[in-house]
Amino acid sequence: MYALIALGYTMVYGIVELINFAHGDVYTLGTFLCIAILAAIGVAEGGHVIGGWQGALIALLVIALAALLCGVIGVLIERLAYRRLRNAPRLAPLITAIGVSFLLQGIMRNWKGPSEISFPQFLPNPTFAFNGVHVDARELLVVAVSVAMMIVLQLFIYNTKIGKAMRATAQDRDAAALMGINVNSTIAWTFFIGSALAGVAGFISGMYFGTTMFTNGYQAGLKAFTAAVLGGIGNIAGAMLGGFLIGIVEAFTSGYISDQWTNVVVFSILVLILVFRPAGLLGEQLPEKV
Amino acid sequence: MERSHSFDRRRVRLPLGFGDVSPLQAAGLVAVIALFAFFPLIDRNAGHISAVADAGYFLLLVFGLNIVVGFAGLLDLGYAAFFAIGAYTYAMVASTQFNLHFNFWPMLFMSACVAALFGLILGAPTLRLRGDYLAIVTLGFGEIVPQVFLNLDKYTGGPNGISNVDQPVFFGYHFGFNPIPYYYLYVVVILIAIVLLNNLKRSRLGRAWMAIREDELAATHMGVNPVTTKLLAFAMGASFAGLAGCIYAAKLTLISPDEFNFSVSVTILSAIVLGGMGSLLGAFIGGLLLALLNFMVLPQITNWTHALGAALHNDAIQNADLHYIIYGLILVLVMLFRPEGLISNASRRAELHHAQPAESAAAAGTE
Repeated sequence: MYALIALGYTMVYGIVELINFAHGDVYTLGTFLCIAILAAIGVAEGGHVIGGWQGALIALLVIALAALLCGVIGVLIERLAYRRLRNAPRLAPLITAIGVSFLLQGIMRNWKGPSEISFPQFLPNPTFAFNGVHVDARELLVVAVSVAMMIVLQLFIYNTKIGKAMRATAQDRDAAALMGINVNSTIAWTFFIGSALAGVAGFISGMYFGTTMFTNGYQAGLKAFTAAVLGGIGNIAGAMLGGFLIGIVEAFTSGYISDQWTNVVVFSILVLILVFRPAGLLGEQLPEKV
Repeated sequence: MERSHSFDRRRVRLPLGFGDVSPLQAAGLVAVIALFAFFPLIDRNAGHISAVADAGYFLLLVFGLNIVVGFAGLLDLGYAAFFAIGAYTYAMVASTQFNLHFNFWPMLFMSACVAALFGLILGAPTLRLRGDYLAIVTLGFGEIVPQVFLNLDKYTGGPNGISNVDQPVFFGYHFGFNPIPYYYLYVVVILIAIVLLNNLKRSRLGRAWMAIREDELAATHMGVNPVTTKLLAFAMGASFAGLAGCIYAAKLTLISPDEFNFSVSVTILSAIVLGGMGSLLGAFIGGLLLALLNFMVLPQITNWTHALGAALHNDAIQNADLHYIIYGLILVLVMLFRPEGLISNASRRAELHHAQPAESAAAAGTE
């Protein structure tokens, strides 16, 4: 789960070096949109389970629509709030990112109200047992989708023209522009893909947790960002690794120590790793520019 | 942009090292000071006075973070942690929590010292990190501290926090719940802070901070010790937050861990960037504007929409909460049209616009 959100963070950071604080809120917005789409096609809370290919079809349709909408919203955010500030001091876009985050939270709050809202559980959820360990389908779904997304993303970035343009823009924006790369559209694509991933994550989290709230994105975004940094920011495999590590650390802490201390442990590990390996686990150590 | 200062004879010299200003500016300054001095007499609404007094702790926080972010250029996203440490330091030794009742005035100083100590503890291992990584570690610290206060419920009261915090007594005068004495306490502390910061900025240390901010490598080669300089920035910034926390706890008499979350750090940071990084006047104006916006204007707008909805019998309008929408919009719009902040000094403006000639044409239109 964190891995999926972290992917979007790491993509945007890798290319425009901006901590996109609004990303977590785009993810929550994704969950909200899924609920709205499901309601529009008549799947409501408390409805019966739709099995087989119909359920799968609905799920795919909703994921695709939510990803598309979130992607478009991401591009709009970039166009309106970040593009003008691309050459401004680094803190200026950070503040607009925070502003956009507040704005999205305000919109979601007015849309669905300030309390928790539930996500219709329309897919069947069989439990499998492997040597006595019980895993349900939802948990498998989260892992499968995250890994699939990572592979697709990796292929996309290393094997397509847009992916190549992204890598060039990340390395040196001016040189990329001189080579005939349209930097604006490349960055817009980055935001589209990153936000679309947040939309997918929004659907998955709705299925997995069953409820959401307008402030959810903030905590999730923070953890996802931590995951991205842990793995080495800008690095796709690193974001996955960081996401899974944070999830595992959280699970173990709440299992063996106490639920209350999870955040303390997660952030303490983050601090320690950064102090000893400032570039993250899979990050490259770049020499300092003079 | 070209303004000559040295050849203008009609200038007023301000005391305490504030330099020369034109007579008009001096008159404006006197008017502003008078406004703040007599505000409780002009506006007798206790709620308004309390809101402006609350702007006081916010301003102190903005000043403190301005040392770290504005002067020394270290991005700190977990500054509220020091605010929490200051507030808890006072609340733990001056409440019914342990039945300790230390005097407020020495604790004001002690809270600042304790917060500064934590500034050093956080700073020491992390200052090797650069830019965004430093930001993340401070962010992590900002998440850890309130959680620790939340979980150590034996000492801190857990999620309920600490209540019945002692209110200050000044030579037999009990502050009580009346906002006016707190208001004047803040005015005095902020005036001292402004004088202090203005001189600090131009001192050897202040110039070292700015040298580090502009180019750490070059500054090091010029003989600035980056480690002690940065540590001092962290410690001094934290001490302001400790001070603010102590007065905050005393005024509210009740503190709980969720008052010190990430959004507090972010609001303080946005005040600095809105006002103009590194500028004292900018920090003051940015802090005051955001504080009044958050404590007075936006709650008022929410009341209006609520009343409007009640009058129209429209639930949607009655329950609408525009607070975050308007606040977010303001942050975005100000940054889009004035990326250098509301108040910016000439050198910073020049630096921004010379570095990116392509941008200056676009930015020139907004000035």
